[in-house]
Amino acid sequence: MTKTVTDVVCPFCGTLCDDLEVSVTDDGKQILDVYNACAIGAEKFLHSQAKDRITRPRLQQPDGTWKDISYDEAADYTAKMLAGAKKPLMYGWSSVNCEAQSVGNEIAETCRACVDNTAAVCHGTTLIAVQDIGLPTCTLGEVKNRADTIIFWGCNPCHAHPRHMSRYSIFPRGFFTGKGHKSRKLVVVDPRVTDTAKMADMHLQVTQGQDYELLNAFRVAIRNEWLPDVVAGIPKEKIIEAVTMMKAGRFGIIFFGMGVTQSLGKNHNIDEAIAVTKDLNEYTKFSIMPMRGHYNVTGSGEVLAWQFGYPYSVDLTRGFPRYNPGDTSSIDLLNRGEIDAAFVIGSDPGAHFPISAVKKISQVNSVCVDPHITPTSGVSKLHVPVAFNGVETGGNAYRMDNVPIDCRKVVDAPEGMLTDEQFLVMVRDRVKKLKGVA
Amino acid sequence: METVTITMKNPPALYLEAEHICPDEFAGKTTAQIAELHVYEGNVTSTLGKYFEISGNAGATAEETKIVVKGDVKKVKYIGMKMSAGEIVVEGSTDLYAGAWMSGGRMQVKGDIQAFAATAMKGGELIIEGNAGNYLGAAYRGDWRGMSGGKILVKGNAGSDVGMYMTGGEMVINGDVDVHLATHAEGGKITVKGNAPGKVAGQMVEGEVIIFGTIDVMMPGFKYVDDVDLEIDGTTAKFAHYIGDTGERHKKRKGQMVYGNLYQKI
Ligand code: SF4
Repeated sequence: MTKTVTDVVCPFCGTLCDDLEVSVTDDGKQILDVYNACAIGAEKFLHSQAKDRITRPRLQQPDGTWKDISYDEAADYTAKMLAGAKKPLMYGWSSVNCEAQSVGNEIAETCRACVDNTAAVCHGTTLIAVQDIGLPTCTLGEVKNRADTIIFWGCNPCHAHPRHMSRYSIFPRGFFTGKGHKSRKLVVVDPRVTDTAKMADMHLQVTQGQDYELLNAFRVAIRNEWLPDVVAGIPKEKIIEAVTMMKAGRFGIIFFGMGVTQSLGKNHNIDEAIAVTKDLNEYTKFSIMPMRGHYNVTGSGEVLAWQFGYPYSVDLTRGFPRYNPGDTSSIDLLNRGEIDAAFVIGSDPGAHFPISAVKKISQVNSVCVDPHITPTSGVSKLHVPVAFNGVETGGNAYRMDNVPIDCRKVVDAPEGMLTDEQFLVMVRDRVKKLKGVA
Repeated sequence: METVTITMKNPPALYLEAEHICPDEFAGKTTAQIAELHVYEGNVTSTLGKYFEISGNAGATAEETKIVVKGDVKKVKYIGMKMSAGEIVVEGSTDLYAGAWMSGGRMQVKGDIQAFAATAMKGGELIIEGNAGNYLGAAYRGDWRGMSGGKILVKGNAGSDVGMYMTGGEMVINGDVDVHLATHAEGGKITVKGNAPGKVAGQMVEGEVIIFGTIDVMMPGFKYVDDVDLEIDGTTAKFAHYIGDTGERHKKRKGQMVYGNLYQKI
């Protein structure tokens, strides 16, 4: 016999779908199937069932082989590394629940470390823009029930957030959007003809790296000022048509992704997009929302901001929090050779960072906490496998619209495995002893 | 004016934060007292004397104190932070935040400087013989007030985000700049003798930008008005005059809309 766990939250992307159903064996030890999830979400659950999973911490030996050690030994090693470093970096946190993030921040404060999450290579620029000019935003529920003008700028939800469109932005029939996708206009701004762009009522194929110019042209058009004939590859008439469409809707929203946050212009692109949103509110209701990637990257920002005042790239080395991406951000810290130890959890900089930064991780003392074998675990001195968050343990996470959702535990982790939080608590207690603050 | 010379003898393994290398801090102190000033390498607090050899005498006040920094200080941050008077000469290159928040005095760097130099500078003079990094004379994160007074001269090139949120003061860059010059500026004047790739003066409310070289991509919010003659450093030349950013908010003064002014040499 099998049993079905309902209302399961998907711990993969920032859409944080909360309607999954998972069938498990009666003893609650094995997942048999996942319903309602998209392909990548389902894979996250099924992947945890892999038979060749690493279940014990492993220490890399001088000859490159790995030796199994106990969690106690791993916690000792990690605590010694963090407590002994002059400037340790604690990076990742985006696939970790808020409870574990909070314990991690306690360790960072005790060791006077730098703490950073994956926003550093993703929506960190968004956070800078928000600090510069604010953010007129809303929840995904409001989008579902009210939005009739949807703009996807530099993002491709068809592949990156597969159920975003069916649950919130395009297809659902909401309170004031009873005709589903027929009551919505879709504009996609992307230099590529993506699958999302193929669905659009209007696709603006912006010249790569000129989003800032196009957004500026939108603002000029909103104010009915003079425009050049072509901006960023888009004819003036098309820009005016798009702006007219945006002004005419009852509720519009700009969703944006890494196509604008990490291309030329970076935080300024978002700054200008927020300004467009603000300008449009002179005519109708308009909102803007970042398409956050990792399931709990938003939560990491929330917990960091709540505890230290800044949402990412926090430097605690002087005993008080400081923040200035460019100085305190992970890639800069690594590339400039500013740190002497790296602790990575719930993220894979080995796959996401420039190779120059990854090399630096391999040159200092390093610990990687991750259920999987990843490029990061491969270059780290110690790999600590843990239970899958949102599958083998619950915990709090924040959806891309800053709505907190409690995840559900679906199955037990393999015998003897710890969760992120349990391992971090072990490290925290040891660090406090080493630093004499226990 | 009295001179204190500090020479790097034990370079840090990581980077050093040394905001106390500043005439305001050195003034009225003996060399022994200066050697006791704190510096920070990561989370370890130690003293200036551990890294630097210190000689000479400090003046009684900051005005009367000159600091000469010798040796390799490429990994030293915050030199001249918050200086209000006196003089600093860095013989080589230095790292982040040189002259940040300075309000007076004169700082000269003979080599290059890295990002965030002259953050929110209020007054004084900063001269960089080499190249400058990103965010020169810009606002601190989240602040809407960048450089508001004083003068900056860069003999080489400068990076991106130069003069972001600038509200006053003057900046001259003899070489090229990278993207986002004078973004969000609300005053001040920037002269670039070289080229700018683009995104020049986006979201500018007020102020003046003069470019001698090329601008690869012009912001659509800048509208050509007329050609004007400008006299710069004693020579007069013709410039195309643009106003903008027309997509941004602007104040009215005496019934007239006030725009940012962008001049490009023809
Ligand atoms: S859209 Fe995202 S949260 Fe929803 S099922 Fe797919 S991966 Fe999971």
